[in-house]
Formats: sequence, C-alpha cells, structure tokens
Amino acid sequence: MQRPFTPKVVTASDLLIGDVIYLAADDSWVRELSRAEVITDEAHAQLRLLHAEGQQDRVVGPYLAEVAIGENGPEPVHFREEFRRCGPSNLRHGKREHAERPAERSCA
Amino acid sequence: MYTYTEFDRAFLAERNAQFRAQVERRIDGSLTEDEFRPLRLMNGLYLQLHAYMLRVAIPYGTLNPDQMRKLAEVADRWDRGYGHFTTRQNLQYNWPRLRDVPDMLDALAEVGLHAIQSSGNTIRNVTTDHFAGAAADEIADPRPWAELIRQWSTDHPEFQFLGRKFKIAVTGSAHDRAVTRFNDLGLRLVRRGEEIGFEVTIGGGLGRTPMIGKVLRDFLPQADLLPWLEAVLTTFNLAGRRDNKYKARIKILVHEQGLDTLRKQIERHFALIRPAWRGADQTHLARIAADFAPPRFRSAPLDGFHRARDTDPAFRSWTDTNLTRHRHPEHAIVTISLKPHGGTPGDATSGQMRVMADLAERYSHGELRISHQQNVILPHVHRSDLPAIHAVLKRHGLATANAGLISDIIACPGMDYCALATARSIPVAQQIAARFHELGLEHEIGPLQIKISGCINACGHHHVGHIGILGLERAGVETYQVTLGGDSSEEATIGERTGPGFSAEEIVPAIERLIMAWLDLRRNSGETFLQTYRRLGAAPFKAALHSRPQEVRPPAHAA
Repeated sequence: MQRPFTPKVVTASDLLIGDVIYLAADDSWVRELSRAEVITDEAHAQLRLLHAEGQQDRVVGPYLAEVAIGENGPEPVHFREEFRRCGPSNLRHGKREHAERPAERSCA
Repeated sequence: MYTYTEFDRAFLAERNAQFRAQVERRIDGSLTEDEFRPLRLMNGLYLQLHAYMLRVAIPYGTLNPDQMRKLAEVADRWDRGYGHFTTRQNLQYNWPRLRDVPDMLDALAEVGLHAIQSSGNTIRNVTTDHFAGAAADEIADPRPWAELIRQWSTDHPEFQFLGRKFKIAVTGSAHDRAVTRFNDLGLRLVRRGEEIGFEVTIGGGLGRTPMIGKVLRDFLPQADLLPWLEAVLTTFNLAGRRDNKYKARIKILVHEQGLDTLRKQIERHFALIRPAWRGADQTHLARIAADFAPPRFRSAPLDGFHRARDTDPAFRSWTDTNLTRHRHPEHAIVTISLKPHGGTPGDATSGQMRVMADLAERYSHGELRISHQQNVILPHVHRSDLPAIHAVLKRHGLATANAGLISDIIACPGMDYCALATARSIPVAQQIAARFHELGLEHEIGPLQIKISGCINACGHHHVGHIGILGLERAGVETYQVTLGGDSSEEATIGERTGPGFSAEEIVPAIERLIMAWLDLRRNSGETFLQTYRRLGAAPFKAALHSRPQEVRPPAHAA
C-alpha cells in the first residue's frame, strides 16, 4: 500500500550567503521555516522542487524536507532540519542570532 | 620558516585571480553548482549546514606571528571574529560569504597563506609533528621535507583529479605525534648508520574503514623521496577504484591488491621515472632547509621560573601539564590549550590569535604551531619567560592547564556546522570537559585522550582515542557509540567497539561511569587509562559503561 504523503517544504542554501532558506508560497525565498510554504500534495511538491532547481543563480542544493504542522506552523521532523532551522548550538551565530523572533522561539 | 619567493607569490596571485573569475562566473550563472563545486573545493571552500566554510591550509602546522595576525584580521573583517583550528592543522572560517572569499584569499596571500588543496580529491595539506624542530627526541626537523612535498604537490598537473583525497604526514621522531600510521602515506625519519632516510607506510586511514598503515619501504633514501611519492601517486591514480567513493582511498587498494603487488607496481614506475630526477629537487631542498635552521637558543638564570613554581599553584599546575621537553635544556615547548572547560575545542577569537602572535614574536623566536589536537604551540620558549607568558595567557582565557588530560578533547565540528555529520560533537565535548572539571578529578585521572567524531568519516579521530565517541543517527535521534583502547602514536591501535550506543543524554554519565570504574581498577595512581585497558582487556570497561547507574559503586577517589 502506498504510504500517505507527509507535509514537506522546499529548502536550500542561499548561493551568496550559504545560509538555510525556504521557498514561500509567493515564490520568494525566506529565512524562517515558519514562513515556508507547506506542501501537502506530492505532485505539487515535485513542481515546487523543479521550480527551485531552476534557480541555479539564487540557490544551491534544493530538496524537499519533511515537516510536521505545529502551533507556529511547520516544524522539522528530523533533528538535522531542526539544526538547520535554528543554527549551531555552541554560539549565537547564524540563525541563532535571530532566535528571538516569535516563530523561532523554540530554538533553545 | 620557509619564505616565499617571487615565483611563489606570482603563482598564488595567479591562482587567486583564477578562482576570483570562477566565483564571478558562478554568481552570474555561467557555472552551475555541479561545475563550480570541484573548483571551489580545490580552493578550500565548502558549503556547510549554515554557511560556506573556508578551510585555510596551515602547511605542516607552522605559522609566523604575521600570519596569525592575518588570520585574525580575516576573521574580523569577513567572518565572525574567530577561527576553528582543525585536526589536520588547518583553520576553518565558518561564516564567509561567497562574494568575499576571493578577497579573503588575496589577504591571506599577503602573508603566504592559501587554501589550495585543503579539500577535493587531491594531495591535501601535509601534516607533521607539531613539536618539529623543538622536540628533544627528534632525529631531524621534518618540515623541510614537508615543505618540499607541499611545493611538489601544489597544483601538480597529474594529481588534481585523483580517485579520492590523499593525505601525507611526516614525523622526525620515533614517538609519533603526527598520526602517520593513519594517513594514506606516512613518512618517519629514520637513521641507518650515518644516513637519514624514511620509513614509508601506506594505506592507513580512519573513516568508515579504519586501517593501520603498512610498511612499504623500511628505508627510503632522502634523494628518492619525490620520485617515490610520484610513483605511489601515479600507481594510485591508475589502479585505485573509481566505481565507489567509499572504496576509492588507497587503503582499499592496499587491502584488495595486497602490499606486495602494489609495491611491485610502484617500483616498476619508480624505475621508469627515477632517471629524470637529476637533483634539482635536492638543490631546492637545501635552500628550503636553510629557512628552517634552528634558532640561536639563549642561556639565562632560571630563578624566576622556580620561584613562580614554588609560589603560584596555578602556574605550577600549568607547567606540569602544558610543557614538553625541548631539545635545549633551558627551553620548553608550550602548549596553549584551546580547550577551556565547557568551550568549543579548537576555537580561538581574533583577539586570542593576536595575543598568541605577540607571545610568539616576543618569546618563541617568531614561531607558532597548530597541533592536530587543536591546540596552539609556542615551540621555543626559555623557561625564565614562562611566568610572563602564563600571566598573559591567563588574562585572555588561554591558560587552561589541561594539555593531554581528559578535557583536552579532539572534536570535529559535527552537526553544529558540518553538512556530512550525523550527530553533534561539540556539545558532548563541552559537557564531558565541564563535568570532569566540576568533579575535580582531571589531574588525578592523568593522561587520557577522548576523541569525538560526528560521523563515520572520523575527522575527530575517534578510532584512535583512548576513549572514542562516534555520533550517529539511530531511529531519528542522535546516538553515540563508544570505542576503547585506540592509540594514534607509534603503537597504532584501532579502538574496540563496546556495544550499543548511548543517547545524547546518556553519553556523559556513561563516560563518567567508565572513568569511575577505571579509577578503582587501576593498579596505582601512575597507571594510565590505556595501560589498565591493555592489562585487563575490554570486559570490565564494557561492564561499567553498560551497567545501570545505580549499580556503580562510587569510587573512593571521587571528590
């Protein structure tokens, strides 16, 4: 039996800065997972990934990352995506510098 | 230290201009990421979990003060004001922006530093003993040969697209501080009568298939070094596997073909090319060697040193742990620990880099070294200067007295930074160091090497830790496997796996149980962890690790 499709977001690295970005519903790239487009349909997911892969001059290595729907919108399922969302745990650099933003509060 | 010639400067400028153009072509879309990736990797530029990472080569771990200051300047100007010293004697910047990297490389070139071949399937930065030129037990300073190899291998046209990376380590001492047996090729200076040559080992490595290097030549004459290396690399390039990335290192070739078969191929090629080497390399080596002439060591009264030891317990403790015997009896080799309890192993701020540069200039004949243990070394310090040095280090958070102790942990960046990692390393190192500092047992425990890797690639050398910790993912959570009894020295030993792994919450208590059990098992306070392990075998250690916490009796030694 085919497994049900789990929600996804399109994520990548920014070409110039290298930081983690997500594809939003309005086709912009955003830095907070909470603002990412949550995709619940497999065919739509593939189309959005193709759209991202066509932006070689903007992003690097786009892929679909699994999410769960939480109180603040999408939340990572895998701990690797949690570290990508929050930044390194030893220094307040990268995304951790901005962890005071409401949607990213859950980053310890 | 080696000084760049006009040729070196011109080469570096041209190479950096080339990479600048490649970056521009990537940004304007002329190069795809697939096309750009091998080019950026050859210039030390990775794309990691949160940002780009630039790995700057510190050839054989040797720096002068101006180079260290430049590393600080680059950190301040284009990164986040710090750098991370690695287990291959390199420095990594964790937050560069793509557009800035060519400027960073130009700035580094001003002091003869570069990032060439610090990544990619090429011959990597040559590593060596961080005490080279200073150690009391040394046959000769290995760095002239390391520099010769650096020059020969840099942009070598035949070896830019090897099947896989190739790492070379050189040591001048019988006591191996350079982990030579776990490099693709290890060179150890040996003496035969009056002549100095190399014992060559091949096929060592860590990673998913840890192997100890095997002796390929027990005595390679110095003059044959480069043609012999060329024969080894050509053989590897032609015969090494390219069908599977995980089986492409030379250790697999040695394993599959056998040492004797491979040796015959190398010797055949060596015989072919040797006549073409007519001595220009040896003339050049002589010029390089002149740059590495030992400093003129001075003689001075040591009263101040002894007085400080008698009156200042912190100084005494630091001199007990962080000094190594120097070839000149009035001098010492100083290890500056980059392992403050609870800190990130190997990180130094730009301010700390400048302090260390100033100290080297004033007290260490203008020399600094980076050790594969992720510490900084002042190789040539007169003992009378140690109280002044210690006072400065203390003011800048650099006087941790823990070199070689349980909190002097090697740890790769792990999943806090690395795109390949399967679990974090840094927090585990921080927690172990903080815990044993809190227990006050560090000095009683004595020499003990904990090495932590955040994935099977083993940048944290976990296989050769007396206690090795490997972070993996199991069923969606971080899991830590423990190995015991590893040794990176001349007694090269791969640690033994102890059984099921531990969760992130369980790993530090498990290490604590292990250490507490060992304190009860050791014969006396002079027996090291490794000695007890070798005497008793793994069983009692495994039992302690995997016992439930309440089953462990608190040892009499516990504070």
